[in-house]
Amino acid sequence: MGCRYLWESFMSFTKTILGSAAAVALSATAALADPAIIFDLGGKFDKSFNEAAFQGAQRWADETGGSFREIELQNEAQREQALRRFAEAGSNPIVMAGFAFADALGKVAPDYPDTKFAVIDVNWLSMPNVRGIGFNEHEGSYLVGMLAAQTSKTGTVGFVGGMDIPLIRRFGCGFAQGVKAINADATIIANMTGTTPAAWNDPVKGSELTKAQISQGADVVFAAAGGTGVGVLQTAADEGILSIGVDSNQNYMHPGKVLTSMLKRVDNAVYDAFSQGDALETGNFQMGVANGGVGYALDEFNASLVSADMQSAVDAAAAAMTAGTLSVHDYTSDESCPALSF
Amino acid sequence: MDFLTLLQVLDSSLRLATPLLLACLAGLFSERAGIFDIGLEGKMLAAAFLSAAIAATTGSVWLGLLAGIGAALLLSAIHGLASITLRGDQIISGVAINFLAAGLTVVISQDWFGQGGRTPPLLSGGRFEPLSLPGAVPAKEISQAGPFMQLYSELLSGHSLLVYVALLMVPLTWFVLYKTRFGLRLRAVGENPAAVDTAGISVVGLRYAAVGICGVLCGIAGAYMATALQAGFVKDMSAGRGFIALAALIFAKWRPWYALGACLLFGFFFAVDNRFQNILLPAWAMSGVLLALGCGLFAYVRNKTLLDRIVLGGLGLGLAIVATLITLSNLNAGLGSMIKIPVVFIQSLPYVLTVVVLAGFVGKAIPPRSGGVAYVKEK
Repeated sequence: MGCRYLWESFMSFTKTILGSAAAVALSATAALADPAIIFDLGGKFDKSFNEAAFQGAQRWADETGGSFREIELQNEAQREQALRRFAEAGSNPIVMAGFAFADALGKVAPDYPDTKFAVIDVNWLSMPNVRGIGFNEHEGSYLVGMLAAQTSKTGTVGFVGGMDIPLIRRFGCGFAQGVKAINADATIIANMTGTTPAAWNDPVKGSELTKAQISQGADVVFAAAGGTGVGVLQTAADEGILSIGVDSNQNYMHPGKVLTSMLKRVDNAVYDAFSQGDALETGNFQMGVANGGVGYALDEFNASLVSADMQSAVDAAAAAMTAGTLSVHDYTSDESCPALSF
Repeated sequence: MDFLTLLQVLDSSLRLATPLLLACLAGLFSERAGIFDIGLEGKMLAAAFLSAAIAATTGSVWLGLLAGIGAALLLSAIHGLASITLRGDQIISGVAINFLAAGLTVVISQDWFGQGGRTPPLLSGGRFEPLSLPGAVPAKEISQAGPFMQLYSELLSGHSLLVYVALLMVPLTWFVLYKTRFGLRLRAVGENPAAVDTAGISVVGLRYAAVGICGVLCGIAGAYMATALQAGFVKDMSAGRGFIALAALIFAKWRPWYALGACLLFGFFFAVDNRFQNILLPAWAMSGVLLALGCGLFAYVRNKTLLDRIVLGGLGLGLAIVATLITLSNLNAGLGSMIKIPVVFIQSLPYVLTVVVLAGFVGKAIPPRSGGVAYVKEK
């Protein structure tokens, strides 16, 4: 603690006396630092959000031969601690996967002005050394919602969210709008797994929610629930209905039984941040359909499920989003959803 | 809500209650013998992991089940060694087991399978498949069947073998505890171990036997989660069910049949919460129910002790105030307007009920008298 205080006084001293030239020189000395990534509570191998982040980091390491530091959080208390530890150790840039880092980063970032931070799913911090990357999940969810409605025979589709937070509602709301765009009379059953972080790792409950939705007639279920989604996809496959994966491409988990996956290119965001190194461009960035930030997955595992007609309808919607003629309502913009009540 | 919906909710309750019931009975054996067991959660988790791991590698669900039981027994042995032989604090040992299981399962799984603390998904031979009882109609035709057929096919049929095993464990536990010499001694060792010792029966042996039975039941509970409900292990997949089982055990006042009731009730709450996430009730019904509950509490605590009067009377007053607020805030919109009961309320009901029981509302919850105390033979 005392050490950091001295360092901070030294920093403010050099800044006042020597001006910005000193700061540039100091950051240049840190150029050799490795980047670092902090995974959220879902864990590095959640086959979903965090795993996508890990894949981006790994791709960077494979291509450049560089190495990076990483940590998987085990509890809330570690957030700030892990951030400070990496910053003290000179890692630069430090990438965080998850909206939950916003508060910790808000506290930590000003203490390390020469370290660059990138945070995924947070786009409201405006600090000189923070890159915020937001995703238009509602756009990607809209696309898979269209596919779901085109596939559903019963006219009822399901949504299983993880922890009940505005971000997950954004997935659900975009999904519902996509469904309604195809079939205005469709029923959407939306369930959240829970209100605590345990909701990201409860596949048993994910299964039960899916069974409850199936008994209410759902024949396509979209899981935006981290590790809980494993249970959703499993039960959908067991019960003979289709599921939709999230974040990473999850089509391979049950070939022929996963309709598609809503892709959120967290991997690209991490890869870009790592590639830019300590020259990381800061500010807030929004990744949507237009710039390839979100989309839907089509590969050999679901080729037989997605017909050419379905694909062209969805691609037309994606083109309309890119052109700006189709705008999908974002739940977090006004905390309400025109197509679905939570 | 039609009859079939009710059956589907009950069906789901039964599935969700099964791991709770097995863990609850496990805790019952252990605590009746005087060994408190906070570590139910950890044992279930370890069993879930090892059963899934072995079932995935060998392709045999039975070997998986045995391995799961083995894992839980091993942790039970540690708990026994620490709290019976070495006379350590039972709570601390239990907490340590939870931490041990949470960490070890992920680390070992990562080492074996490299899938980030998961096991590979289990194929058909590696899982307990749902059993279709003879004559049950398949799910697709169930809406056309008559009510009795629906009851039979939806609620009674179509569960995995372990669900029926868990249900059979209830009468078995009752029989063992209340109708056998072993059960009498086991209960005695939790109430008054010195008396058992005086009669020349080994206190240590009985307590180890109880902790061992606890391990076997936790093992089945964990294997049920990983190989019947799910097709593989996911880190932390027990998701607090071991602690809910402990709450159910207190709610059931350490009795087997009550344990069945408590676990089914808790399972029912979870099923309701899954099926109807936001329940809409008319405002008048809501404030009426709350007011009635509040008044009921006041009437109940009139002749009770001061503490009861403060705690439960305060609760009743709170309910009455909430009821009044709901009525007032809905006067403009009309008392027929719908009010949403938040999903968190249903989710918290098991815990609220446990606290109510602990507060002495539904009789007294008296734990075994020597529970939590290591037995020291007088020299």
